[in-house]
Amino acid sequence: MMAEKENILELKNVVYSFHTYGGEVKAVRDVSFEVRKGEILGIVGESGCGKSVTAQCILRLNPEPPGFFGGGEILFKGQDILKMSNKEIRKIRGGEIGFVFQDPMTSLNPTMRVGAQIEEVFLGRTGVTKKEVKDRALEIMKLVGISDVEKRYRQYPHELSGGMKQRIMIAIALVSRPSLIICDEPTTSLDVTIEAQILDLLLDLREKLGTSIIMITHDLGVIARLCDRVIVMYGGKVVERGTADELFYDTAHPYTKGLMNSIAKLDTAKGEKLQPIEGTPPDLFSPPVGCPFAARCDYCMDVCNEMPPEVYQLTDEHATCCWLQHEMAPDNDMKKKPEKKGEVR
Amino acid sequence: MLKYVTKRVVAAILTVFALVTIVFFLVRLMPGEPFTSAKLTKEVAENMNSYYGFDKPILEQYFTYMGNLLHGNFGYSMKYTNKTVNYIIGQTFPFSADLGIRALCLAVSIGLVLGIIAARNRGKKLDFACVLIAIVGTSIPDFIMGALLQYFFGIKWGLLPVAKYLGFEYTILPACALAFYTLASVSRIMRSSMLEVTSQDYIKTARSKGLSELRITCKHQIRNAIMPVMTVLGPTVASVLTGTFVIEAIFAIPGMGKYYVESVNNNDYAMILGMTVFYGCFLVLCNLIVDILYGVADPRVRIGKR
Repeated sequence: MMAEKENILELKNVVYSFHTYGGEVKAVRDVSFEVRKGEILGIVGESGCGKSVTAQCILRLNPEPPGFFGGGEILFKGQDILKMSNKEIRKIRGGEIGFVFQDPMTSLNPTMRVGAQIEEVFLGRTGVTKKEVKDRALEIMKLVGISDVEKRYRQYPHELSGGMKQRIMIAIALVSRPSLIICDEPTTSLDVTIEAQILDLLLDLREKLGTSIIMITHDLGVIARLCDRVIVMYGGKVVERGTADELFYDTAHPYTKGLMNSIAKLDTAKGEKLQPIEGTPPDLFSPPVGCPFAARCDYCMDVCNEMPPEVYQLTDEHATCCWLQHEMAPDNDMKKKPEKKGEVR
Repeated sequence: MLKYVTKRVVAAILTVFALVTIVFFLVRLMPGEPFTSAKLTKEVAENMNSYYGFDKPILEQYFTYMGNLLHGNFGYSMKYTNKTVNYIIGQTFPFSADLGIRALCLAVSIGLVLGIIAARNRGKKLDFACVLIAIVGTSIPDFIMGALLQYFFGIKWGLLPVAKYLGFEYTILPACALAFYTLASVSRIMRSSMLEVTSQDYIKTARSKGLSELRITCKHQIRNAIMPVMTVLGPTVASVLTGTFVIEAIFAIPGMGKYYVESVNNNDYAMILGMTVFYGCFLVLCNLIVDILYGVADPRVRIGKR
């Protein structure tokens, strides 16, 4: 059913790097995925795996220089964002795609009233009067669950709590009714009760407004609760993709499995240690030739260090980028007997 | 806000009181006395001392002085014996202040613009040019700057008068010479402060809202970057407005600077005290204004609002 829905955003073989004193950091290496209308897509991975850079690529928010695109296409409603002029991309930012940043404490301008910060989105967009703009701002503030909006509207960010600020951030992202919101770890800096409220709010908004959401997180709990589909990133690449259920119950990549294992569980016995994934992420100055995860992988085979793995399509949605799925690979608990071999994407 | 201001004012008054007391006793620790010229006979000197009350116990002198000070009376100068300190300040301060205000307007406006331009064009030629101006400004002393300006604009090209203070064209060179250092430091501070703000998260938020670069700079960066500039501006305003000895000497401007320096050489107690208290009050006032302006620029500083 999901598959029939149209794609609102498509990333095709996006490569993004940064020039640094130490050389070129290849932060995003050949990433492709799509976001469909009205769905919540999760992107998981540990710190430094390229999640945030990928997300910011979509709105070209990475600082350039030092960042630059090494290739690929980002199609938003059929138009290539990378080919747009500054003026065109500014229309997309805020207007068509909203962005919620990680840290609400530092993401609001401390010297501006929050109301003005919400209304700013309408600057340079024609066809709305000042009165309408204010009404929209107040309405969206109510929608994101802020009480006493008239008073809040006139307050400064430092007068609001963290959860309140994140609601304001979401209000800013939502106020012009964009068709896509990108949330870059929106709840990492909030406590769990506020996190739950914010996640409920996002679900609710999707219901009411039909907005697509990209949810970037390293919290699998958030994924389980929110997302329709998930992509797992590692070392600047997508290593596994699929519906949330497939990922949780039918894990097909050792890295995803490692992530699942490292979750602290309620029934973990006292004194029992958490299971980390041993080792550190690959050096993106000179990424490994083979699979980026090979050095930390319990299932590592010779081929993993020599050739980048192919993509194996396991079901309509579920795909993994791991040599364990190859027909020549020895039997292992990851092997899913791929229905058909997908082309390398 | 009222409570905040009251607190600041009380602190300012206490500061001035402490300043007067310390300076009053310190000047008396300086070697020499006001009336030690070889030309004065012993009797004349004694007469002078008793006329100014120096024969009384020091504590009594102190209380008398404080009493007069409360009435705004700085007493008579001991060098220019027929003039009060109030009169001298009244005569000279307007010149110093006039020059200072011109220099400040020049320094702050150009300094801010240079700083902003440099930060916006970081690493490019324009940035380099602005930084160069800042380095030259901070490293060339004002008397050399003044002399250079006089030489080129006054003598070599004959565009502007070299000295005196008689009309607008006379004010240009000394104001430039005086402004240069402040201009350089303002632009340097503004540049680094702008760069710091540029990497803040809320600038990225502003960009994600689809705002133009101009709007981001004007509305989001400048206001957040201006605080450090305001901090240095308080003391700078006080020192620039109350006159600088060197610039006033080079350009033959009848300002306060000369009297301040001379008073120390002359052991002119009343002048030293008067000038110091005047300068001190001015400095405290400038800092007070800056403190209050902080609250205007940054809502987080506003205390006890409501």
